[in-house]
Amino acid sequence: MDELIGYFLYFLSLLSVGGIYALLALGLNVNWGFAGLFNAGIAGFAAVGAYTFAILTTAESTFHYGGLGLPIIIGEISAFLIAGIIAAVIGIISIRLRADYLAIATIGIAEIIKLIFKNQVDITNGPRGINKIPRTWEHFSESRYFSQPILSWIGDNQFWQAFFDSLVNWWWQPLFAATILFFVFVVYMMLERARVSPWGRMMTAIRENEDAARAAGKDVTRRRVEAFIIGTMIMGLAGALLAQHLRFIEPTHTFDPSKMTFLVWVMLIAGGSGNNRGAILGAFLIWFVWSASELFLNGFIDIVANIFNGIDVSMLKNRSGYLRMLLIGLVLQFVLQKYPKGILPERRPAAPGE
Amino acid sequence: MWENFGFEFVNYYFIPGLVLGCIYALGAIGITLTFGILRFANFAHGEIMMTGAFLTWTFLEISNIFLGFYMHPLIACTPAIFIAIFLALSVDRYFYKPFRDSPTIIIVMASFGMMLIIRSLVQVIWGPNQITFVKGIAKPNSYLKDFSSSMDMMLLVPSKHLFIILGTIIIMLAFNYMLTSTRIGKAMRAVSDSPDLAKVTGIDVEQVIRATWIVGGFCAVMAGVFMAMDTQFIMSTMGFRMLLPMFAAAILGGIGRPFGAVLGGLVIGFAEELSAYPWFGNGPLLSPGYKSGVAFSILVLMLVFRPSGILKGRVF
Amino acid sequence: MSSIKSIMTVKDLFAGYGETEILHGINISVNDGEIVSIIGPNGAGKSTVLKAILSQIKINQGSINLLGKNIVSIPTSQIITKGISYVPQTNNVFVSLSVEENLEMGAWVNPNNTQVKLQEMYELFPDLGEKRKQPAGSLSGGQRQMVAMAKSLMVDAKILLLDEPTAGLSPKYRSEIFSTVRKINGSGVPILMVEQNAKQALGVSDRAYILVDGFNRYDGTGDELLKDKEVARMFLGSRD
Repeated sequence: MDELIGYFLYFLSLLSVGGIYALLALGLNVNWGFAGLFNAGIAGFAAVGAYTFAILTTAESTFHYGGLGLPIIIGEISAFLIAGIIAAVIGIISIRLRADYLAIATIGIAEIIKLIFKNQVDITNGPRGINKIPRTWEHFSESRYFSQPILSWIGDNQFWQAFFDSLVNWWWQPLFAATILFFVFVVYMMLERARVSPWGRMMTAIRENEDAARAAGKDVTRRRVEAFIIGTMIMGLAGALLAQHLRFIEPTHTFDPSKMTFLVWVMLIAGGSGNNRGAILGAFLIWFVWSASELFLNGFIDIVANIFNGIDVSMLKNRSGYLRMLLIGLVLQFVLQKYPKGILPERRPAAPGE
Repeated sequence: MWENFGFEFVNYYFIPGLVLGCIYALGAIGITLTFGILRFANFAHGEIMMTGAFLTWTFLEISNIFLGFYMHPLIACTPAIFIAIFLALSVDRYFYKPFRDSPTIIIVMASFGMMLIIRSLVQVIWGPNQITFVKGIAKPNSYLKDFSSSMDMMLLVPSKHLFIILGTIIIMLAFNYMLTSTRIGKAMRAVSDSPDLAKVTGIDVEQVIRATWIVGGFCAVMAGVFMAMDTQFIMSTMGFRMLLPMFAAAILGGIGRPFGAVLGGLVIGFAEELSAYPWFGNGPLLSPGYKSGVAFSILVLMLVFRPSGILKGRVF
Repeated sequence: MSSIKSIMTVKDLFAGYGETEILHGINISVNDGEIVSIIGPNGAGKSTVLKAILSQIKINQGSINLLGKNIVSIPTSQIITKGISYVPQTNNVFVSLSVEENLEMGAWVNPNNTQVKLQEMYELFPDLGEKRKQPAGSLSGGQRQMVAMAKSLMVDAKILLLDEPTAGLSPKYRSEIFSTVRKINGSGVPILMVEQNAKQALGVSDRAYILVDGFNRYDGTGDELLKDKEVARMFLGSRD
């Protein structure tokens, strides 16, 4: 039974992180799939969301100024908005760059963002990171939440303490996963509406033939900035959810561009850029493959250890993460060469008459 | 004047800036060449550099095991150069060549993927941790110290820095000779000018591309080894850390202009080191934590305001 | 007349870009020693013929023979080595290379007697000799055209393809280019030339083809076409 629960919880955690990646991939799909903007700064924008959320919602801390103890939903909305504001500034100045210049610029900006988080120690606690970030649902079991209205109207502190103690310690996990999937669903529905709207069709027209769109009097630059901002806001939201999932963030390893930015790109390309469902499918699929490859590789290393009795496999185990990265990189190359359109290729929004 | 200002400035800011600039310059040559000739930003360039440094370290260790002493890194890097060039050519053959006629963005993405693949490979083989490249404290070169002291301008430059500066100058001169006086070098400039015209002129563009990888790979390995000699350690993330400053150098100098890249590299190197100099008051101008941000900021500002570079390169 | 040697024959050529077919069965031939022009209104597919010969676009049907050998579906780089020299309409010199380096690049496929060829070119184009060390990008439009032609003559060309060599040039340079074309031809190189300036082109050409909408419309000797009233009305009227 315990084992079964263990699998169930593992599956829930796969779903949660997969959902966070799905949001990142959806955001990137707005940038790249809709507008053809090569955003290589995903890690930086997710970091903006995560830090905004963390600073606003954590309890007051003796280490840094942050920790305003605000409600979670305010943290999430702020993460969404602040990412958008930063994207607007960056978008307005850099949107006219050619694709690979934009990639370099966004990577540079992402690194600058991380550098700021690392160095503004008084706000972000620097490299030591921010700890005890509240996680939706689970946060109710913290006394600073249940001692506040609305929960305090229902029962007093002792009541809630006893209530949460009586629950299994993973009670919140299905709810948290469901919340993330709900966010994915909402964002997906909104993006699908946007895609088939006149705005979405215009984005397609611009991407296919910019000159023609420009000649037809479309404000190409403005549309692009909009797509950049919307995509980045979704990434900011994903960052806020990631901060909740991890409960601890720090600037360097949490937002490692190779894991975050790159993995999201692989997800979108594999799933099918331009297709929102493809983005979601790619995110879950690659995340499952990525997670499964951990189990698989470790199992494989154990087998090797059994065959060659006595060889030290600890080194191999330590490095299996890099081997997985290597494999994911090869998956990308394979998809790029053999299936450049991804699993679910883009479907054109139908013309109004159809 | 020298006592109050010059000694500290020259020895602790100017020379390190020059050394860093040389390293960036060598790295940026490869970036600007691929940008000019293959027309894409090669994200994997820093990794070739890093791989070269790891290979050189391996040959240093091998020499210690079999010969009983450590060779000079500049000797140990010779086989590393061949392997790294082979790596660069193979990557081109299997991962970039299929996309020659595709939109630029696809090949940029492929190079983005190669960046991760090569780095992961190095991490699997050599591990993710920092490795000491050369042991010991580098003492200032005593000849230079004595000579400059006799002129009342004491220069404390370790020999490794002299190697890096002189090595860079020699490579630059050789590179210049190649571009202006050899058939393949002229063809590289021609393809950089116009790949289409080169094709209908009958120039073997694939041969020129191979030459580009060879030259770029060579310069990258040298930059990696110089970097390792300077910092005395190697790390799997050193390639990525240097990638953005090198991009900044290439863009600063004007894309497709190798000597612009050299100039850009020097500017970035100096800017990084001098940003920590107490220009006003006693504290450093910029907190050392932000040192790497200098290159990123120059990069972004150049891209946004003058993508053609200070020497007016091409904008693709 | 049996001694006429055919250099190049384009037969029933259907070609275009991807799905769009532009040439619908073109026939053109160039004989030894000839200057042959292709003229016609904009969008007739004149330059496309040259691109098809160079194998730069998709050929759906038909044959292109060079000295009796079919060259359809041979890659561009090999077509150049087979003796077809081509001067594109625009961007036809390496702007950052010096004049001399441009010519050296022209000799890429056959570099053996580059020095001799260089001397020949400086005799044929005296202006270029003086500017041999200057970057080609610093020259005037007409001079660039000279560099482009000289560059293409650095190999022993079996045939020279010129794509609108006088486009965008002043009348003075235009005449100079046409007389240069004659001079090159005089040295034994057959020329196939696409031209907008139909009257002048017909004036220097042995024969010419008039293309309309991807079809052959008229052909004949330069004089015949110049004198043909319908041709004059339809294709030579407004120009010059």
